[in-house]
Amino acid sequence: MNVTVALSFTLNGKPQELDVPPNMTLLTLLREEIGLTGTKRGCDVGECGACTVLLDGRAVNSCLVLAPQVAGREVVTVEGLAPLGTLRPLQEAFLDHGAVQCGFCTPGMLMSAKDLLDHTSEPSTKEIREAIAGNLCRCTGYQQIVEAIEDAARRKNTAR
Amino acid sequence: MDPDKQTIIGSPERRVDAWGKVTGTAKFAADYSLPHQLYGKVLRSKHPHARIVSINTGNAAKLRGVEAVLTAGDIPGSRKFGVVVKNQEILAGEKVRYLGDGVALVAARSAEIAEEALRLIDVVYEALPVVSDPEAAMWEGAPRIHPEGNVFVHHKVRKGDIEKGFAESDFVIQRRFRTQFIEHCAIETEAVLAEPAEHGGVKIVGSIQNLFSSRRSVAAALNLDLNQVQLIQATLGGSFGGKDEVMTSMCCRAALLARATGRPVKMVNTREESMLESYKRHPYAMYYRWGAKNDGTITAMEIRCIADGGAYASMSPFVTWRSVVQATGPYACENVRTDVYAVYTNNNYTGAMRGFGSPQVNFAIESMMDELAERAGMNPLEIRIRNCFRRGSVTATGQKLDHVVSLQEVLEKAAGEIGFEEKWKRYRAATEGTHRRGVGLACSYRGVSLGAEGADAAEAAVSVQTDGSVIVSSGITDMGQGAGTQMSQIVAGVFGIPLGRVRFLNTDTSRVADSGPTVASRGTITGGAAAKNAAEVVRATLLGVAGEMSGISPRDLEMAEGYVVRTADRSRLASFAEVAAECFEKGRPMHGIGWHRSPKTTWDEATGQGDAYFTFVYGANAAEVVVDTETGKVDVEDFVSVHDVGRAINRDAVRGQMIGGVAMGLGYGLLEEFVLEEGIPAQHNFDEYLIPTSMDVPPVKTVIVENEDPAGPFGAKSVGEPANEIAAPAIVNAIFNATGKRITELPADLERVRLGHALRRPGPRGSALKETEQSLPDLSCKIRPAER
Repeated sequence: MNVTVALSFTLNGKPQELDVPPNMTLLTLLREEIGLTGTKRGCDVGECGACTVLLDGRAVNSCLVLAPQVAGREVVTVEGLAPLGTLRPLQEAFLDHGAVQCGFCTPGMLMSAKDLLDHTSEPSTKEIREAIAGNLCRCTGYQQIVEAIEDAARRKNTAR
Repeated sequence: MDPDKQTIIGSPERRVDAWGKVTGTAKFAADYSLPHQLYGKVLRSKHPHARIVSINTGNAAKLRGVEAVLTAGDIPGSRKFGVVVKNQEILAGEKVRYLGDGVALVAARSAEIAEEALRLIDVVYEALPVVSDPEAAMWEGAPRIHPEGNVFVHHKVRKGDIEKGFAESDFVIQRRFRTQFIEHCAIETEAVLAEPAEHGGVKIVGSIQNLFSSRRSVAAALNLDLNQVQLIQATLGGSFGGKDEVMTSMCCRAALLARATGRPVKMVNTREESMLESYKRHPYAMYYRWGAKNDGTITAMEIRCIADGGAYASMSPFVTWRSVVQATGPYACENVRTDVYAVYTNNNYTGAMRGFGSPQVNFAIESMMDELAERAGMNPLEIRIRNCFRRGSVTATGQKLDHVVSLQEVLEKAAGEIGFEEKWKRYRAATEGTHRRGVGLACSYRGVSLGAEGADAAEAAVSVQTDGSVIVSSGITDMGQGAGTQMSQIVAGVFGIPLGRVRFLNTDTSRVADSGPTVASRGTITGGAAAKNAAEVVRATLLGVAGEMSGISPRDLEMAEGYVVRTADRSRLASFAEVAAECFEKGRPMHGIGWHRSPKTTWDEATGQGDAYFTFVYGANAAEVVVDTETGKVDVEDFVSVHDVGRAINRDAVRGQMIGGVAMGLGYGLLEEFVLEEGIPAQHNFDEYLIPTSMDVPPVKTVIVENEDPAGPFGAKSVGEPANEIAAPAIVNAIFNATGKRITELPADLERVRLGHALRRPGPRGSALKETEQSLPDLSCKIRPAER
């Protein structure tokens, strides 16, 4: 009991150093130790995607990652998207397309979408739907989310 | 020019709460914490039906880190709650009636310690016979779940003479339909944080849909006045009807633990706990018998529905009442006899879920309509247009529809958009190949708001700040559907200001009046009307002040584009903010309360006649599917959703409701089934209970029809539930067009499509069940209908 391991990693661009129990998940670390509650817990078994964060730039279910696994790596959460309150094109697109209803899936959706957009410059509709297939949404029926991501890709390419 | 046409009413504005939701700053219930908080957990039943012989909490209480262990005897006030029938217990005292019943509570320094303590509580049960089939529960001599017997609701509609109607018919169609348990699956699970208040009361922040009914139960359980119990809604991560009673019990439990420990207590359900305890959508067994003439005229409808109410009454009396009112669908028939029953079983109790008694009957009605089309030699569009209500039609309950009845319009738009008639004919003739295409159509009429269920009124408060920004609050809650945005947009419309100047406060029971529940798609029509009234109170004051400032009569002034303008020449006299500041300087009230009470409805329980709802909405869905006849897999390739919403306040929000409703309806039609085997759930999380993903839901074409209704603010009515209630029958009718096979049980999963029936295990399984079984002398109620 009460064994901890020392952990250093980068969270939203800032270095973190803390001691964590070895069986703590990244999700619990974020929400309950660090106090970043933007990342959501919906199922705790890696099915709903509400806890999606970027680990070294790729989308992962943070409920399936043990905190010590992120040692030396880079984690980005929804709070890291607009640290100074200036929304990114992806976030703007979500607002403009009515892609947000209850908003509980939204942080995870944004992170899955960001992974896609960071690695695919002109994603097809099918690629977008596949990219968010692991993020359950009960409100929207996904369509406005897909439209928002398509628009965000266009905005990004225009800005380039 | 209609004065509101130039404002933001109808515009696809950004939601007022969306900024917080895309930045992670929106606070949902589980995101709240307080220093020194404890974690509450519930010990739930081990049996679907059992007498509690004894509960020993001694070992749990001794565990280090445990601060309180409570059982039913520790509840100082009322142990029971229920909106219609008070027969649900905060903690079971003598008997458990389903597996989700709580028997003890623990508050501990961590959730892990609380869970460990639960394992140390020793409960001795005496198992009782399990009643799992609602039709068997109706039998004479079936074991009783509650002392008053298992049949607890019987609603009727009697119109004309069905004997005469059947005698006049050329043919009769008779079918049995069945629907399944459905889980709401809000992605946020239930959560509260309860804190002892300085006046001896309690303050609770939570994911609560209907705060006022939950507050009543907390006050009754703790012997407190209503003004000592403050419930504040956190940003709610979806509800769909699902965060009502289950939140009432959670609020009561957390409040009891906070009272017992003097500390804040946080409770968050895991997904498994949520699925186990929460109520579901009612499964229905529906017996439909229609008489019709060769020309397609319906001469008689005899309808009998049995709803599985599960262990407690919950909303069953109201859910089944909507079913009885709408059971004939929007089709003219002179002779109707409808009986809808709700019965107790040892299954999860069933209650409100988006649709509220309509998705079940719509599945039956719209399937019957297609069968009628076949027999009458017409296509599904023709048969519906021939029989559907028009303005002036009289419903089965004797209500004359005295507003724009747009059924023909919505049907023709849905059919036209998908190319229905040509495709229907072509696909019907195609009998080759393993991948068959089909198109299907469904329509509905739906009573708006609560109807004759009860009092239907709501409050909103509008407060203009000295800088011209505005705060709106209401007893109507935003659950994610956007009620806060609708109300804010209506207020912005009245003031002629941008939506960005308006903030919506989540409902707080100590700051707004009891506005009833946010259910029945009444958010916009009732809450919106109250918000409009509130804003108009302040608008009159502000225009009076502007009149004094300008020397122009307030009658000649308007508010538009952030200014007070002279109506005659649209000249700007002062900005909204300047008038607000002046209003404050003059000491005039900048706060307005709006109250809205819906028009009267009537109901005679004995005959089922009356003006059940003050107005109705109309919608039509069309689906195109591809059926793999070798595997039974159904892919929905195209979908059209058409709804007459009266007036769209926010087009993006309406569209979002329509698409989301179709997605949920697709799950109901094809995927979802919460399986209970003798009261034991077979699914516990999203790995077992499947809801539609982005790969399952096709692009949905939405057509918003606007026939403004004087009953609603700016002519607006409803869309939340209508959007959800006809997707499944449209899909099932498309499967019929593709395969010629009629699906009569939902969901239309692989087995039902390929084999024509569900694959069922021959009997119960698992050691726990065997144990229960051995202790049962009377097994009659365990026989499934399929084996009888």
